[in-house]
Amino acid sequence: MSTTLATAGHGHAEHDDGSMTTVGFWIYLMSDCLIFATLFATFGVLAGATAGGPGGRELFGLPFVLTETMLLLLSSFTFGAGMLGAAAGRRRVLVGWLAITFLLGLGFIAMEVHEFVELIHDGAGPSRSAFLSAYFGLVGTHGLHVLSGLVWLGVMMHQVLRFGLDGIVRRRLACLSLFWHFLDLIWICVFTFVYLREFTP
Amino acid sequence: MFGKLDLSAIPFHEPIIMGTLVIVMLGGAALIAAITYYRKWTYLWREWLTSVDHKRIGVMYIILALVMLLRGFADALMMRAQQAIAANGSTGYLPPHHYDQIFTAHGVIMIFFVATPLILGLMNVVVPLQIGARDVAFPFVNSLSFWLSAVGAVLVMMSMFVGDFAATGWVAYPPLSELGYSPTVGVDYYIWSLQVSGLGTLLTGINLVVTILRMRAPGMTLMRMPVFTWTALITNILIIGVFPVLTATLALLSADRYLDMHFFTNELGGNAMMYINLIWVWGHPEVYILILPCFGAFSEIISTFSGKPLFGYKSMVYATSSIGVLSFFVWLHHFFTMGSGANVNAFFGIMTSIISIPTGVKLFNWLFTMFRGRIRYHSSVWWTIGFMVTFAIGGMTGVLLAVPGADFVLHNSLFLVAHFHNVIIGGVLFGCLAAIGFWFPKVFGFTLNEFWGKVSFWCWLVGFYLAFMPLYVLGLDGMTRRMNHYDDPAWQPWLVVALIGALVIACGIAALGIQLVVSIRNRNANLDMTGDPWDGRSLEWSTASPAPFYNFAHVPVITSLEPHWDAKKAGTAYVEPAAYEDIHMPRNTGAGFIIAAISLALCFALVWHIWPLAIVSLLGMIIAFIVRTYDRDVDYYVPAAEVAAIERARYARLPKTHPTAATRYDEAA
Repeated sequence: MSTTLATAGHGHAEHDDGSMTTVGFWIYLMSDCLIFATLFATFGVLAGATAGGPGGRELFGLPFVLTETMLLLLSSFTFGAGMLGAAAGRRRVLVGWLAITFLLGLGFIAMEVHEFVELIHDGAGPSRSAFLSAYFGLVGTHGLHVLSGLVWLGVMMHQVLRFGLDGIVRRRLACLSLFWHFLDLIWICVFTFVYLREFTP
Repeated sequence: MFGKLDLSAIPFHEPIIMGTLVIVMLGGAALIAAITYYRKWTYLWREWLTSVDHKRIGVMYIILALVMLLRGFADALMMRAQQAIAANGSTGYLPPHHYDQIFTAHGVIMIFFVATPLILGLMNVVVPLQIGARDVAFPFVNSLSFWLSAVGAVLVMMSMFVGDFAATGWVAYPPLSELGYSPTVGVDYYIWSLQVSGLGTLLTGINLVVTILRMRAPGMTLMRMPVFTWTALITNILIIGVFPVLTATLALLSADRYLDMHFFTNELGGNAMMYINLIWVWGHPEVYILILPCFGAFSEIISTFSGKPLFGYKSMVYATSSIGVLSFFVWLHHFFTMGSGANVNAFFGIMTSIISIPTGVKLFNWLFTMFRGRIRYHSSVWWTIGFMVTFAIGGMTGVLLAVPGADFVLHNSLFLVAHFHNVIIGGVLFGCLAAIGFWFPKVFGFTLNEFWGKVSFWCWLVGFYLAFMPLYVLGLDGMTRRMNHYDDPAWQPWLVVALIGALVIACGIAALGIQLVVSIRNRNANLDMTGDPWDGRSLEWSTASPAPFYNFAHVPVITSLEPHWDAKKAGTAYVEPAAYEDIHMPRNTGAGFIIAAISLALCFALVWHIWPLAIVSLLGMIIAFIVRTYDRDVDYYVPAAEVAAIERARYARLPKTHPTAATRYDEAA
């Protein structure tokens, strides 16, 4: 072993050079993925357990869910457009796209809440059967994630305006971007395995 | 306003609990009075509660674990006493509902609030020092993690005095843990204490993986990492892999209890076996999470005190990694009796048996490390030898239980209880105590008293065999676990022996306490001036004891597996560098403590259905976290002059000649 004088900009001396946070956030996303894996597995086991109550085919409206899906997919696109603005250092463009993303996400949540309220109103609430518990558990957990994404979006819009696009803000935007696309990916699985599956012939 | 909470929640009619409450309150009052009298509140807040120093956080984890060990062990003594007398028509002194809570609390506390914080504390202290880092990747998150774990422990302790604890067994199987069969707040305390501490553990897992992957000193390739760091890496990967499953599973159970859902209920299509599968998908890797760092610590200890490099370093790394992978494919052996069929059971039985192969590799590596070594019988070595013998026995009974046919007979019997205590006490606990004795001087700057360390070891070893070998016999004899009383008089003598064993272990715990007190009192006679009291081999022994808050004045460049040993041989250790530089360090923050404190209010409100408080405290946590993200003053530079002053004082203290620590140890002995 020998000791050397570490030069300035030595990666080990710096605490958060950004890449470390991104790695950490990726790992967090993987762990979150496992939460969803657990919920998907539970849904898979309980999907047939309707206990004499309504099944998915009677309850779900595919066009409605497709619209929800499109809102979320579009919001991923607008987030990407915002990140392009961030890369170009254009704050206002970035915040504009983030605001559109926020509205699309809000629209998604509003539609999901509407769907849940309808289901509960029709006597198909989460207490009706294990299938519906698993459905509300899985879709609701995704919804809670989107909701926290919205809070985060709001905070980031403010931080971009307040601090500008410095290293910390860029790092957090990168993490939020990962989070937002991750939720999109999860939703694709929800759409496929929860909704579309019900309509396979 | 107060939800389900009213004065009837406090068990005034239970003399044992009220007595404990009085003792806890007197102890707490004495502690607060002492801190106030010595004017230590500011010190406590500035240097400990808000600290982001990985060593201090590690120490706080270990203190938490040792305090909770006293509680968990008190539960154990009560159970042993109950079973020793509750025969021949006697129902003992513990009513069933209280007894059920005690065995549940004992399991929960020992796993979540003793073993886990011990492991997390050790990894926190040792890993950055071993890889030449100045802190962990996310120091604030580290502080938050610790305080979340502490909140979990506080909740469990609170449950004893306000309300009750789960009476379901430590993994809270439904449907027993569902609202219909456990209508009190006990299971809710269980759920929220595990959720909050589990979140802390997961965050630590992420933190340490990033630390190990991204903050190693230049030149330290993966295959130059000390074995302890390797085991820590695998353990933290396992944490990331399974703690989310625990979180999700407990969330589903709380959905059943709070929102009238039907994941695991008997009615409306719920499936209790789903819970049991999921909890063991977490639960089995969890035991490897606990044991792997202990394997790492034993490896460091046995190599250091044998004066030899670890035998089969590479095979140790591969064995650790394969245990990590295999641990995901064995969970079903916890319930072979589920009825999943012969083929499924055979698969999991074989996978379980296969784990004994890499474990055997490790055992032989340790033996070959000792072979022809110049072994110094430090108490840490005694713990290691005790472990090797004890763990081999526990491993063999584990392989026996892995045979589904045998398991059908032994399932849920005291044989099982004896088996897992055999591996967890003989493995995890011996490992942590060995590791504490080994790394203590690195944190505090003086060595622990050897005499009382050895007394403690022998009490634990003898006590363990007395307490648990009878349980094997009783299990083979058909005694099931968790019995409040029994009517087979032939069992009683064995249970009396087990009680005596528990009392001998109590002496071992007392000896640990005495060891600590004696060592602190005589600390000036046992100062570690060199920073290398055991003639160590890895990087942590190259810096001062106690390690300065920045760990290393210069980030070392690594060229071999045993950098400090090689530097000593080459004569380049202890050479004072010509110049120093500014060091970048994270600033202390109270945010972790505050967020965790609010989470305590949140969990308490959720347990008691105090919805307004729950909403306010949830918002409070979120806002406190957001406020923290606006804090830009999170780091600072330690001026080179300050570093130079600290380091020069260290080099001035160094003995002029450097007799190898081995000779010094021999002389002392």
